[in-house]
Amino acid sequence: MAKELKLMKGNEAIAEAAIRSGCDGYFGYPITPQSEVMEYLMAEKPWERTGMVVLQAESETSSINMVYGGAGVGKKVMTSSSSPGISLMQEGLTYLAGAELPAIIANVVRGGPGLGTIQPSQADYFQATKGGGHGDYQLFVLAPATVQEMYDFVFLGWEIAFKYRNPVMILSDGAIGQVMEKLYVGDYVPRWTDEELKKNAPWASYGKPANREHHIITSLELDSAKQEEHNHKLQAKYREMEEKEVRFETIDCEDADYIFVAYGSSARIAQKAIQLGREKGIKVGLLRPITLFPFPKKPIAEFSKKVKGILTVEMSAGQMVEDVRLAAEFRCPVEHFGRYGGIIHTPHEVLEALEEKIIKAK
Amino acid sequence: MFNPDIVKPENLVYKRTDVLTKAVMHYCPGCGHGTTHRIVAEVIEEMGIQDKAICIAPVGCSVLAYNYFEVDSLGAAHGRAPALATAIQRLFPDHHTFTYQGDGDLAAIGTAETIHACNRGENIVIIFINNGIYGMTGGQMAPTTLIGMKTATSPYGRTVELNGYPLQITELLAELPGTYYVTRQSVHTAAAVRKTKRAIRQAFENQKNKKGTSFVEVVSNCNSGWKMTAPKANEWMVENMFVKYPIGDIKVDGEKVK
Amino acid sequence: MTEEIIIAGFGGQGVLSMGKILAYSGAMQDKEVSWMPSYGPEMRGGTANVSVIISDQRISSPIISQFDTAIILNQQSLDKFEKSVKPGGVLLYDPNGVINPPKRTDINIYKVSATEKSAELGLAKVFNMMVLGAYLKIKPVVTEEFIEKGLMKSLPERHHGLIPENLKAVQTGKELVEAVRTL
Repeated sequence: MAKELKLMKGNEAIAEAAIRSGCDGYFGYPITPQSEVMEYLMAEKPWERTGMVVLQAESETSSINMVYGGAGVGKKVMTSSSSPGISLMQEGLTYLAGAELPAIIANVVRGGPGLGTIQPSQADYFQATKGGGHGDYQLFVLAPATVQEMYDFVFLGWEIAFKYRNPVMILSDGAIGQVMEKLYVGDYVPRWTDEELKKNAPWASYGKPANREHHIITSLELDSAKQEEHNHKLQAKYREMEEKEVRFETIDCEDADYIFVAYGSSARIAQKAIQLGREKGIKVGLLRPITLFPFPKKPIAEFSKKVKGILTVEMSAGQMVEDVRLAAEFRCPVEHFGRYGGIIHTPHEVLEALEEKIIKAK
Repeated sequence: MFNPDIVKPENLVYKRTDVLTKAVMHYCPGCGHGTTHRIVAEVIEEMGIQDKAICIAPVGCSVLAYNYFEVDSLGAAHGRAPALATAIQRLFPDHHTFTYQGDGDLAAIGTAETIHACNRGENIVIIFINNGIYGMTGGQMAPTTLIGMKTATSPYGRTVELNGYPLQITELLAELPGTYYVTRQSVHTAAAVRKTKRAIRQAFENQKNKKGTSFVEVVSNCNSGWKMTAPKANEWMVENMFVKYPIGDIKVDGEKVK
Repeated sequence: MTEEIIIAGFGGQGVLSMGKILAYSGAMQDKEVSWMPSYGPEMRGGTANVSVIISDQRISSPIISQFDTAIILNQQSLDKFEKSVKPGGVLLYDPNGVINPPKRTDINIYKVSATEKSAELGLAKVFNMMVLGAYLKIKPVVTEEFIEKGLMKSLPERHHGLIPENLKAVQTGKELVEAVRTL
């Protein structure tokens, strides 16, 4: 595949990836710090080149329901927003999950609660990975740490979303959305033809031909016995994701006495803290979850048998730390360090926290 | 039931449309939903657009509409049908996406979606059943409930002081430049059924010609919710509902009538 | 080599685009780069700042609080960022917007009177390129050749006619820079 070098913001990379990955429709509503996604799309006018539909909706409620409509007819559709907007989308997300519809939702997280701040945060981890809306469901959650991953995960997102018929959330934050980095883009993937759509989304309500029964996309089932069956099916799907789709990266873990567990922007700050630590003779590594659901429980469990302690680094009051503790099962100390409300921790603070909370506490 | 020994094909004057499924409808006897379903299905059959028709069912009495229309369908979250229809029609511009919504769905919780879809002039058909009450949840007050009307949540009758005024959303939508055809009909007499069918046909023809939003309100009774027999409910509807919600075209070919 | 830079001034001074041209030029020269703006209310008429990192290695954190170089274009930014320059680092400022000059003695301080010069030449639009030139004279992290390539990449084609003027401004900046106090 021909690779072309670009320099782009994370938000723009999502938009460029949408166009290049054969996305059929983007529906969104402006909110800082992700507005560049739709701004970029509107400036690029992909409808003239690929036929991709781009529409500014009247609210996030509406944009997620536009996504639900588009997904229900088998199209590759997506939206993006930031925390308060994503809260408004929770209704649509649980309907998407319930009706088993593929879609991509990019959340460029900002500090909360409430209207909060517009600066980067990771305080929506619980919302993204533990449901968010009502009912037992899971989003597939990808956590990019670079502009390149913002781009790549749109492609990966389609794959996962259609393979499992499940909404995929790309959970980033204001820092990754706003930073500009090198990005290698590949060739354009054409949008599906009607024939390809029918082959790739045979379940969809794309218009009933004479030779088959009508299709119904819904999350409603009045018979609770059948609804329990549907829930079993969903749970089996989530377990399969846990079996097959866990993604993570390790850095400097081979000889590590301690590890940081951090995703997204925090992982990059932790990486810098590793350099600082190693300069001081502290053998510390990093495990970076790339999928937050399914969560890399097994590798964390393995590390918990080997290392002297784990520090999670999150821009939150401590959310992912709960999953890390569950995986570590008290085999080693697991502590959390975080700044929040839009403040980003410095590498020095992270290293100090490791020394204070783990190394000296022993 | 079709008995070939009695009914000879040459004598056949009426046949159930294949655009309705064989499922038995759950609507109360005398309710306007069944008739309106049939009319929509007949129009789809007559226009030969079954393979391109997409039904968006709401939340409300017609939540299960997708079980009755033999077309590909989606069940929307409460009030969101016009958002779904917007996306689908833009993604499949030659399809015939229509929403089928009640007064609570369209004029209360879905007001924003309704107004903005109409204001953008989305090339969709909206069928709006207005019976002034929430039927499915057991007869609570709707935005279109008349002043003085008793419901489960206005047990002493709706008052302006407590609840504000009945919402004439159809007139409001007719003011928006995006709507091309806005009409109010009913299905309580054979003549009314014929008129409503013409209106719904017009709406789908407009869509075929990519004219923008076509909006057909059907004022209907809710004999269960109104706690009346069906014939009595129809009488009450004519005497009361038609005063606030007068029957007739409001906007034709993009121009306000009168 | 890793160079961590903050460029800070008023919105409208070309702070963000200067950073962008620098980042593009670095990328053209096969370096790793990142460009991280402050965003939000600050973007709208107040102060603007951007951190740029140019490195031979993969960049870990694009969010930095200590800088090898601070390029300062107004007093508010000087007050905010003077303390964040690493000891031994560089602070470059335009005296036009600065009433109280920098006081630190453990860093290298330079000035470039780009506002004055660009006004004098009637070239206010390329003011930021003069500042960039001054910076590149002190720290040649990217070569001239790649500045040109960076400009080609970052400017829309319809503005490519302006490139010679921009490059000339870079030269002017190089000639204009003065050491105030160096270690």
